Amino acid sequence: MNSQKTNLYRYASPAVFYPLAGKLIPWFAIPATILFIVGLYIGFFVAPTDFQQGEAYRIIFIHVPAAWMGMFLYVLMAFYAGIGWAFNARLSSMMASSIAITGAMFTFVSLATGAFWGKPTWGTWWVWDARMTSTLILLFLYIGFISLQAAIDDPKRADRAGAVLAIVGVINVPIIYYSVQWWNTLHQGATIRILGKPSIESRMLTAMLVMLAACWLYSIAVVLYRLRCIILEREQNAALVAEVSEAIA
Amino acid sequence: MDWSDFFSMGGYAFYVWGSYLVTLVAIGAEVIALVRRKKNLSRQLSRRVSSTGSDYR
Repeated sequence: MNSQKTNLYRYASPAVFYPLAGKLIPWFAIPATILFIVGLYIGFFVAPTDFQQGEAYRIIFIHVPAAWMGMFLYVLMAFYAGIGWAFNARLSSMMASSIAITGAMFTFVSLATGAFWGKPTWGTWWVWDARMTSTLILLFLYIGFISLQAAIDDPKRADRAGAVLAIVGVINVPIIYYSVQWWNTLHQGATIRILGKPSIESRMLTAMLVMLAACWLYSIAVVLYRLRCIILEREQNAALVAEVSEAIA
Repeated sequence: MDWSDFFSMGGYAFYVWGSYLVTLVAIGAEVIALVRRKKNLSRQLSRRVSSTGSDYR
């Protein structure tokens, strides 16, 4: 029991996690690529034309998964930043820094594809509507987190400052999610509900869920890859490297 | 199936393909930046610890 426990804790050490992360990456990157192809195939060749929006609706297969990823990854980032702060676990803080860039990328994609969708359906690229404004704030929170950490030289202090910002910003996520119910908005309501039937045709739903799975796997692969870079950047002093060779040998 | 029909997306080609192009560029940029970051690091590190025989590769 005791040795099992120590084994688990071993992986919280950046030096031990580094090679493990390296081995894990292909197991996420390859399925991600396959699911992107399958999802796009279903989305473009299997799913029927929408009776209201014609072919323009096909933007949904990237727009909705990207928007979800932007929100999920923010919560995950705040969680890791909080754990890193509370338990002084530096690997956890590095994980938060690694997630931030991918989260910002997906949030940007959701805003950009939303603009491409808004123009033909609403007649405008952008409105200061509750959902879009709160999503823009999400992007700014990510950018704020990234630049705050970049501005502080001492990694420990950077992690702590980032954690405070990330945790305070979590309040924005339920605001984005419920914005379409709380405010009278141009943006349509939720397509997938937690309770009750989704208001979408099953082949469209399948394509969307496959794309979401692809986005998750992609995120895990790039976050692990970036985590390895961060470990190298922060812990590349010779003393640690020597320690690592000892610990692994 | 008619490919020109497919590419015209019922008149919404610019919006649909524009969305997917932006997504492709964003993902591509992230991946390329990441691979570069890793390459630079590996180069730096191999210079620093070439004699130590590190496990960081």
